[in-house]
Amino acid sequence: MTVLDSKIPQGPLKDKWTKHKNDIRLVNPANKRLIDIIVVGTGLAGASAAASFAEMGYNVKALCFQDSPRRAHSIAAQGGINAAKNYQNDGDSTHRLFYDTVKGGDYRSREGNVYRLAEVSANIIDQCVAQGVPFARDYGGLLDNRSFGGVLVSRTFYAKGQTGQQLLLGAYSALSRQISKGKIEMLNRHEMMELVTVDGKARGIIAKNLVTGEIEKHGAHAVVLCTGGYGNVFFLSTNAMGSNVSAAWKAHRKGAFFANPSFTQIHPTCIPVSGDHQSKLTLMSESLRNDGRIWVPKNIEDVKAIRDGSKKPVEIAEADRDYYLERRYPSFGNLVPRDVASRAAKERCDAGYGVNKTGEAVFLDFASAIMRYGKTEAHIQGLHNPSDAQVRELGEQVVRNKYGNLFQMYEKITDDNPYKTPMKIYPAVHYTMGGIWVDYNLQTTVPGLFAAGEANFSDHGANRLGASALMQGLADGYFVLPYTIGDYLADDIRTGAISTDTPEFEEAAKRVQTQLDAFVNNNGTKPVDDFHRRLGRIMWENCGMARNEKDLKQAIADIQALREEFYKDVRVPGSTKGFNPELDKAGRVADFLELGELMCLDALERRESCGGHFREEYQTPEGEALRDDENFTFVSAWEYTGKPSEAKLNKEELTYENIELKQRSYK
Amino acid sequence: MNLTLKIWRQAGPDAKGSMETYPVSDISPDMSFLEMIDVLNDQLVRDGKDPVAFDHDCREGICGMCSMYINGEAHGPGRGVTTCQLHMRSFSDGETIYIEPWRAAAFPIIKDLVTDRGAFDRIIQAGGYVSVNTSGNTQDANALPIPKDNADKAFDAATCIGCGACVATCKNSSAMLFTSAKVSQLALLPQGEPEAARRVQRMVAQMDEEGFGNCTNTGACEVECPKGISLENIARMNREFLKAQFTSEK
Ligand SMILES: Cc1cc2nc3c(=O)[nH]c(=O)nc-3n(C[C@H](O)[C@H](O)[C@H](O)COP(=O)(O)OP(=O)(O)OC[C@H]3O[C@@H](n4cnc5c(N)ncnc54)[C@H](O)[C@@H]3O)c2cc1C
Ligand code: SF4
Ligand code: FES
Repeated sequence: MTVLDSKIPQGPLKDKWTKHKNDIRLVNPANKRLIDIIVVGTGLAGASAAASFAEMGYNVKALCFQDSPRRAHSIAAQGGINAAKNYQNDGDSTHRLFYDTVKGGDYRSREGNVYRLAEVSANIIDQCVAQGVPFARDYGGLLDNRSFGGVLVSRTFYAKGQTGQQLLLGAYSALSRQISKGKIEMLNRHEMMELVTVDGKARGIIAKNLVTGEIEKHGAHAVVLCTGGYGNVFFLSTNAMGSNVSAAWKAHRKGAFFANPSFTQIHPTCIPVSGDHQSKLTLMSESLRNDGRIWVPKNIEDVKAIRDGSKKPVEIAEADRDYYLERRYPSFGNLVPRDVASRAAKERCDAGYGVNKTGEAVFLDFASAIMRYGKTEAHIQGLHNPSDAQVRELGEQVVRNKYGNLFQMYEKITDDNPYKTPMKIYPAVHYTMGGIWVDYNLQTTVPGLFAAGEANFSDHGANRLGASALMQGLADGYFVLPYTIGDYLADDIRTGAISTDTPEFEEAAKRVQTQLDAFVNNNGTKPVDDFHRRLGRIMWENCGMARNEKDLKQAIADIQALREEFYKDVRVPGSTKGFNPELDKAGRVADFLELGELMCLDALERRESCGGHFREEYQTPEGEALRDDENFTFVSAWEYTGKPSEAKLNKEELTYENIELKQRSYK
Repeated sequence: MNLTLKIWRQAGPDAKGSMETYPVSDISPDMSFLEMIDVLNDQLVRDGKDPVAFDHDCREGICGMCSMYINGEAHGPGRGVTTCQLHMRSFSDGETIYIEPWRAAAFPIIKDLVTDRGAFDRIIQAGGYVSVNTSGNTQDANALPIPKDNADKAFDAATCIGCGACVATCKNSSAMLFTSAKVSQLALLPQGEPEAARRVQRMVAQMDEEGFGNCTNTGACEVECPKGISLENIARMNREFLKAQFTSEK
């Protein structure tokens, strides 16, 4: 089997990144002007990378499929961004953030990468504040923090429940500044359709102008994929409707290995499915677990009464409630990591304690936080002997200030007032730890092709901690790629512009056009979403929160059959010219139908449980994930060979020199 | 619920458009407005017809992509909601619903309900940023305390999602609310101070160049803005603009 070279620099963990930065080659400013970079995707990772490259002097072309870079899915991130600033003086440090992330990822990530992430994290906050990102502040005018799951410190910076929005708008402003200087050519409503390689190197892409339908060829010395995660393979997820795997998948088909595809994060606190019409799921930020307590009734009679409406949740006495996370994990309580919290919810619901009609919901309750805050606030305001109603009102105000927009969002969707009655929540697909395999330089197995942000697999192992995706996206874009890409491009200063008048570009463009023509000329009967929904159901039932050999094998067969049916029977209206969102969707679902199979294959081959990957065959007597470090301490890097079923598994062994592998315990 | 939809159909930027009628049935009150359109489109595709094109992405009120003018209101009935957050429980069985795109000279129609809002990006490019390099060689974030009140106000202004409902609602198609939200955010923060004058002048000039109309203080934009961006921002921008005129004339 191929030995994958992660290119982690030698030397002590603490010095690796500094040493690497000193060792790698630089491109002088005059030569940067001779070099073109294509950045696909302008979410946090892409916008920050594109702005940084342009600022350094490279010529940048950036693409996004939305009508503006400001709309990338990063905009929807709610809760916050981690950084080891230790402003709260609660014992945080680079090492602690590093340790928490590796442990949270259930020991399936690279020490070198994660340490670097922790190391640059503090700088991200400085950078964002300098750009005018309005983070939450305390009355002294200093930055405020909150806690997220899986950690015992308060290191999360936030802007109410709209942290992603504020960070993305910050990166968008840096991007806009470079666009106005003419250093970035921004192609909105453009989708990457194919990667073009010349002599084994990434030298450009084929893109589709989504407004005119035109197929365009773009050459460059390097291509950077910042195209986000692939959670939409499940159809229902918290991702935006357009989030897709296509750019990454096209790169995979051209030689980029796909790492740990089955590592999916199922987020514990989302608004439950309300019916068959559902098109997406809405997250209720993890930050709510700072103050919300999760419970279901202890007695099955109460469950029934709640379901049929004869009892209200507030009528259940304290003693009759099962705060199951606090019960099972006393030291982390409601702030256990996401994978643990999700499985615990599933366990209760499978046992029949789910609190909505479909039996797939648990309560997230703010009543005690409201009363606690209310009392403190009454003290501050000098109210003696305030009434319960007064305390509640003051407390609600504090909670409103912290989470107002989330509560409002919840109420709009469910028509329930979460200040008065507990929220109902259930786990949903949220994030993908897996992604394109990259080395320490964020370069893929295709030279000249880089991947950043959620699109790569690099830092989160088998489970991502809350508030770490935003951190990783910006770290990759602002602080890692600007250095590491130079090392690769140093060889290209004399190459000259990449011509697109070559057989490689011609052929790739033709392939794209052929697929598009085939879709619109197909005499099928069912719309694209019909297939996407069915794929989603297969994935959720067999490759979701719990997986086993039998079901995974069945899922693989089902997906193959569905894929065949898709090509036979999909109906795509309209033509390849002009604006045609159904056609765009068809291409994306075609790629999901291949990815889904690879995910199941990966889940099948990983005969252990770790993080978000829970194989029912491998669990401790208490039902916790049971890792097999002896046989599975590696990254699965899949190589495309023509068919997803025949993908070849390459292993990157993980070595731990600074952290001792232990069974994760949050008890 | 059974409904009658009257939807603006327009094949392309230069095509002539018209209102077309579509019945939809079995709509659940728990559906979002866009899920109701999904149901219609599903049927249209199965019937071999062209589905209705509309912009959307996050479907949770934050990306600013969705943009429908429903029964004469930007983002439809209800305050503080985007089209994607509107639920069918806001309508009644048997109702006829009129659905149109944003209408403004600066937002040309691409197809059906989809418009080109690139003008907003260009307004930001004209100056909606702090000119700081992304090198990370910045001072410690807490070296510059910012009074909570200003930070909160800057945040409120910064929550604009760039949807364009303010423009679509305004009888003059003015982009003042959008532009002033960004100007205000940066005017309220010390980081934005050094470039304040240049910023407001350039952004206002770009706004005019894009063909947005003047503001005549009708306040409709504030009412329809899904994020509650306040008219105070327009007043602040006007002050900033005047201040800039004075300083640059000196
Ligand atoms: C609801 C929600 C809340 C979250 N909250 C948090 C949080 O509080 N803290 C945290 O750390 N993380 C959070 N996350 C995770 C985090 O938001 C994402 O992982 C992160 O924003 C991804 O950023 P990105 O730049 O990698 O990709 P994205 O922001 O998804 O951007 C992808 C870009 O690629 C473009 N693109 C995609 N495909 C193509 C193509 N084929 N051609 C051209 N362009 C393409 C898109 O247009 C877009 O510009 C949350 C996620 C969700 C869903
Ligand atoms: S000001 Fe309000 S209505 Fe106007 S673009 Fe911003 S969020 Fe939309
Ligand atoms: S779809 Fe994003 S705001 Fe409506």
